[in-house]
Amino acid sequence: MDLKDLYRDVIVDHNRNPRNFRQMPDADRHADGFNPLCGDKLTVFVKLDGDRISDVSFQGSGCAISVASASLLTESVKGKTVPDAERLFGKMHDLLTRDDADVDVESLGKLGALSGVREFPARVKCASLCWHTLEAALHQQVEPVKTE
Amino acid sequence: MSALPRTALSPLDVAALRRDFPVLSQTVRGKPLTYLDNAASSQRPQVVIDSISHYYETTHANVHRGVHTLSQQATDLFEGARETVRRFVNARSTKEIVFVRGTTEAVNLVAQSYARPRLVPGDEILISHLEHHANIVPWQMVCEQTGASLKVIPITQAGEVDYDAFERLLSARTRLLALTHVSNALGTIVPVERFVRAARARGVPVLLDGAQAVPHLKVDLQALDCDFYCFSGHKMCGPTGIGILYGREALLREMPPWQGGGDMILAVSFTKTIYNELPYKFEAGTPHIAGAIGLAAAVDYLEGLGLDRIAAAEHDLLEYANRRLATIPGLRFIGTAQNKAAVVSFTLENVHPHDVGTILDNEGVAIRTGHHCAMPVMEFYGVPATARASFAFYNTRDEIDRLVAALLVAREMLG
Repeated sequence: MDLKDLYRDVIVDHNRNPRNFRQMPDADRHADGFNPLCGDKLTVFVKLDGDRISDVSFQGSGCAISVASASLLTESVKGKTVPDAERLFGKMHDLLTRDDADVDVESLGKLGALSGVREFPARVKCASLCWHTLEAALHQQVEPVKTE
Repeated sequence: MSALPRTALSPLDVAALRRDFPVLSQTVRGKPLTYLDNAASSQRPQVVIDSISHYYETTHANVHRGVHTLSQQATDLFEGARETVRRFVNARSTKEIVFVRGTTEAVNLVAQSYARPRLVPGDEILISHLEHHANIVPWQMVCEQTGASLKVIPITQAGEVDYDAFERLLSARTRLLALTHVSNALGTIVPVERFVRAARARGVPVLLDGAQAVPHLKVDLQALDCDFYCFSGHKMCGPTGIGILYGREALLREMPPWQGGGDMILAVSFTKTIYNELPYKFEAGTPHIAGAIGLAAAVDYLEGLGLDRIAAAEHDLLEYANRRLATIPGLRFIGTAQNKAAVVSFTLENVHPHDVGTILDNEGVAIRTGHHCAMPVMEFYGVPATARASFAFYNTRDEIDRLVAALLVAREMLG
């Protein structure tokens, strides 16, 4: 297994320069995610226009995989409707956890860079934390999310 | 450890003794395994593995029960193991050596059986900021149960327990001092002799968490004069699931049993049960017989090498690691006590410890990353986690070079 499958250029770039990495004081929704074992901690903020995600951002700290995954998430769900974002969550979940997943990686764009994470089982929860947190924000969940 | 007269000792033949540990000869992800996670759990020599297999192949029966031959043989081995451990830590009597599952269970036993019946609201339990969760949570639980309160001795920036603050915190309401002997997260060797003397002079009993101390330095419980001492088999080349609670006989005798069941009784009727003698009063149910036998084999192995030679070899590794790691740009040592066991905790600038752990694993290097079950220590240094390399006598300077090379890969990749 090559480490470059995990730490692809896109991931290294998004870890060094996370996109949409900011507070959103006027967010309509937000939720906290926390992996107590790793110490990965993030907050996802969402602004809604009807059922469309008009803006999304995050803040927090964690490993390269968790930060890059959250950064990529914000880029990929901005402008999408809530049902479309949830469909994407389903695809990402399959991509990260199922060996036999029939996911068209091409269709995921930059998010496809996370396909190598599946080969490193200890790190899957790092990549999925932001997605579970987005899901919680969209459903106004109050309890912090954990993926451990 | 630094004061050891190293010149007087013939060094260990590490190349030869590595062959005693079958696990060390394998490759991980195509690279030779470099096992530097000994503070989490050490590896076992073949003699320990063989002692357990041999017991199951030839001797197994329940102990303290049958008149048949195997039961008698198993009992002899089990009680022989207790005597081996007693001698190893220089306790006065085997009545003071209680077999438990590990350090965690030993601390919980003392919290529930010694502390809980005695504590009243306003009483204080004193611990330090350096403790492993296993020496924090059982005391929080007993405080909740009794209305006592938990007081915490601060640590210094170097990661040493602040002795002056300890003296100030020692009050007329202090009912117990529970202190680590060696910090698992930082490697600090606490000068426990001083703390024990001061506490006992005030009539305060002392429990020491020796999980990280026993495998690496000679522990003499009569000289230490503490009241309780707890340690685990699996950190000292023995099996998992077996550990020791040492307790001063006078205190153990006064304590009620912790768990009820077979083996801990002399006579049972529905109106009254007479508890067994020490140490059996605290060993309800069939014990981990094979674990005790394996632990005794581990003690024999360590004594064969010599604890003083082990300490000297590990100190050499620590000094070499400190020197080599200091050359890595962006590496910050967490915990820089004067007197340390062979544990190095650190962070790498711009690289999260979990990424360090994954990248090192890919190079065959096993270290621990995370909070090391010592979240208050992480909070003290303002870090969510650290990377921790911890050495045993079977590690080599070559392995430290591999650690350093792998850290440079991590820095190159993500730093």
